[in-house]
Amino acid sequence: MAKKISPMDIYKLLPRLNCGKCGISTCLGFAAKLVERTAKLEECRPLFEEEKYRDSLAQLREILRPPVIEVRFGPPGREAVVGGKLVLHRHELRYMNPTILAIDVWDDIGEAELESRVRFIENFKYTYIGRELKLNALALRCRSGDPSRFQDLASKISKLTDLPIVLCSLDPEVLEAALLRIRDRRPLIYAATEGNWRDIAELAKMYRCPVVASAPGDLSKLRGLVKALNSEGLDDIVLDPGTFIGDGLAYTVNSFTILRWLACRQGDRLSGYPILAIPAVVWVDEEFKDKPEEAKWMEAVLTAMMITRYADIVIIHGVDVWQLLPNLILRENLYTDPVKPVSVEPGLREFGSPNDKSPLLVTTNFALTYFTVASDIESARLNCYLLVVDTEGLSVESSVAGRKLTAEKIASAMKEYRVSEKVSHRKIIIPGLAARLKGELEDLTGWEVLVGPRDSSDIPAFLAKYWKI
Amino acid sequence: MSMRRRDIGESFLEWLLKLLSESEEIEFEDFSLEASELQLDVTGVTPIIRPIMEAVKPEARVVELVEELPKPEVAFTNRISEVRIGATKSEGGSRSRVIVIGGEVTMPFYSFSAVNPNPPVVSGDVFDWKLPLPKPLRDAFGDAMDDPAEWAKLYVDKFAADMVTIELTSTDPSIKDTPIREAVKTVENILQAVDSPIMVGGSGDPVKDVELLVEIAATFEGERLLLSSIPSPEDRFKPIAEAAKRYGHNVVAWASLDLNLQRDLDRAILQILPPERIVIDPTSAPLGYGIEYAFSVMERIRIAGLMGDSELALPILSGTSNAWGAREAWLKIPELGPREVRGPLWETVTALTLLLAGCDLFIMMHPLAIKTVKQVISWLYGRWDKPVGGIPDWLGGI
Ligand code: B12
Ligand code: SF4
Repeated sequence: MAKKISPMDIYKLLPRLNCGKCGISTCLGFAAKLVERTAKLEECRPLFEEEKYRDSLAQLREILRPPVIEVRFGPPGREAVVGGKLVLHRHELRYMNPTILAIDVWDDIGEAELESRVRFIENFKYTYIGRELKLNALALRCRSGDPSRFQDLASKISKLTDLPIVLCSLDPEVLEAALLRIRDRRPLIYAATEGNWRDIAELAKMYRCPVVASAPGDLSKLRGLVKALNSEGLDDIVLDPGTFIGDGLAYTVNSFTILRWLACRQGDRLSGYPILAIPAVVWVDEEFKDKPEEAKWMEAVLTAMMITRYADIVIIHGVDVWQLLPNLILRENLYTDPVKPVSVEPGLREFGSPNDKSPLLVTTNFALTYFTVASDIESARLNCYLLVVDTEGLSVESSVAGRKLTAEKIASAMKEYRVSEKVSHRKIIIPGLAARLKGELEDLTGWEVLVGPRDSSDIPAFLAKYWKI
Repeated sequence: MSMRRRDIGESFLEWLLKLLSESEEIEFEDFSLEASELQLDVTGVTPIIRPIMEAVKPEARVVELVEELPKPEVAFTNRISEVRIGATKSEGGSRSRVIVIGGEVTMPFYSFSAVNPNPPVVSGDVFDWKLPLPKPLRDAFGDAMDDPAEWAKLYVDKFAADMVTIELTSTDPSIKDTPIREAVKTVENILQAVDSPIMVGGSGDPVKDVELLVEIAATFEGERLLLSSIPSPEDRFKPIAEAAKRYGHNVVAWASLDLNLQRDLDRAILQILPPERIVIDPTSAPLGYGIEYAFSVMERIRIAGLMGDSELALPILSGTSNAWGAREAWLKIPELGPREVRGPLWETVTALTLLLAGCDLFIMMHPLAIKTVKQVISWLYGRWDKPVGGIPDWLGGI
């Protein structure tokens, strides 16, 4: 098992000034937050400002080094953060830093296509339970082998967008050509291999960029490569153990798992780096080559598996929305905090322009529930009030079953958010799945309680039929 | 003029530019080049230094780029029980093959620690009435939806499902209240139509399900069906588990996304049936609708089972067709792309995510999803210690 850190170990090394500059009144409190990973060391300013704490700082960094280190690339203010994983399974704590989805562009792409592709990647967003799901990075691929073409691509890209960039080529010369143009973007360099690692290490040092160590199909070699990069003083490393589809998939899933297991369970340093997966390999596989629709399908499938099995960053080629959407949602789902359901603020929401005769509906503050109901109300352009009750982020049925949504809770929310000042009628509509609360709620409030449909998409039809004032 | 390249660092280019403006020839320690060999960028800001990389000589120090992999110390002590579904003639049933699930000794696809014996399987989901389904599914099933036996045949013969699940939901008093003898007939027809093992599901009605599943158990004695599902409380699971015991069937213990509730239920059923007769369904919330709960509950259950918690060391089932309940899977929203692929992908991703958590049996609907999941499972059972095939040239090949 990886080491367990105690707040006392951390506390001993902090300045122990209890000055509160970190936002927490005591150093011990701050130490506890560091252990839970809800605070960052940088927030203790004295530790960084005063020379005398230098040794303590180094020790703290070492103790707090996560089993999988965090690597950042991209321009300041828009960095992609990869890795930083603390646990093997999300239920042990939570997964940090959602998998970065990087989309490729290549250097012999046509001008118009380049622009529209980059715009698409930059602007793509899907709103899911109130959150904006987005693509995160570009992978620039040198197809031509020509440094000046690649340099050209880098220049053009840097004018089009400031998305974080992965520079992809095995030729140091090609990489340097692009680096010269976008060094301020701090791209991730793909890749150092057995053959070129010395040159790539030079580039990584010279341009201060993180680098991918790539040894597809050979974990011992990958480790050797990481060690060699370490010996050059490089620690901002991402691992590429190789992504294979078809009969090679077993290798891929196993090697990703071995690396993450060694990092999280055995504290193995050489495995303790973020992992890169390249689902785009599907496009050059014999079985899918020249069959774009099948390639897109299998690429999406592979991406999902890699997101689930430890990929910290993935490079994708296909950009059809149907391919991207399930993976964006999967990532969002797996990276939620297991102990905190995604919830919204309770309160009284207004839709359209409601008046004192408009319907009053009740729902829970589970984000999925709230946004499903809200989107049904909005798409039907209803004017109404929606009372969002605090159920600690549980859905209607779960919260009724778990007594987090009760008649008392609804009644007290009605008081707290003063619904009686908003509407002149005395009617309230509860979800069909909360039907059993009707009698008690009527007794408690004296209001007439209407039981609505079970699915919120039927609310418009329900109101058309039953809402009469 | 001479300088070690190593030490140049950040300001290398500025320095080089300055240098270029001052001299004709620059000599580095490791190599040399003529200033004229340098291509100068027209803007004059940053030169491309072509020859530099070529000229860096490999250093004398040779680093052996192989670092032995430590052995991952995966040490699970317990084995998940094996459940056999279906019985052949010689075993007292009428099936031509038997499906075995479970038997795991390690987490899914930790082949480096041990290879789990029985690849997970897919069961085609059949309903005993023409329920409203999204269009891509209706298109895939066509007229077969009119007859559960035809529908079952389609799954087995055309979609290559390993087995079939018949959901007798029309028996629900609030749906069609189909009489029990009719439901029994439906099961009979399916057993006639296909030779694969069968799972039989009730409607979820707390009262009628008991009567229904007990009757099914008695009628098809010896077929080793998988009866689904039996939740708490005792008056629901007990009579069904007892019937399963008497007539030689398996049951599905169903709890709702809660490890402790699952364990309590399993414990109670284990009083009646041996572990070789129990499959658990910890509830499959689909992608976008709580898959993270399903994923983590399954993972926790499997880890607990492998670490010695015998009440959780049971094969896991997923009602993956749930995925079609997600709006993104079936709603006609052109911006999201054709729903003909969206829905199947939703179902596939739901299944594969749970496959990686430890699920053994997937109840599924769309042919493309079934095909993909089966394909992926067979790939995952391939050689794991070395990639098969060459290194894909995605950099230059796409
Ligand atoms: C995910 C889930 C959980 C998650 C919670 C997720 C969350 N944040 O809520 C967890 C694992 C924590 C959980 C816990 C529990 N759950 Co639970 N859970 C589910 C599951 C799988 C999905 C729920 C969900 O997310 N639905 C999606 C949302 C959007 O649905 P919704 O909130 O109901 O909203 C819809 C409608 O209600 C309606 N609607 C909403 N608002 C409004 C408003 C108006 C005016 C109208 C008209 C309509 C309307 O429209 C919405 C869209 O259709 C369901 C089973 C299922 N497939 O439904 C079980 C389920 C709801 N859970 C159940 C139970 C029993 C529980 C627990 C009590 C025990 C347990 N099994 O663990 C606990 C309670 C928690 C607690 N501590 O108190 C049961 C409820 C049984 C019942 N009818 O009484 C269910 C049905 C499972 C089952 N069949 O046994 N659960
Ligand atoms: S800023 Fe540092 S020294 Fe001050 S209270 Fe916080 S942890 Fe202690």
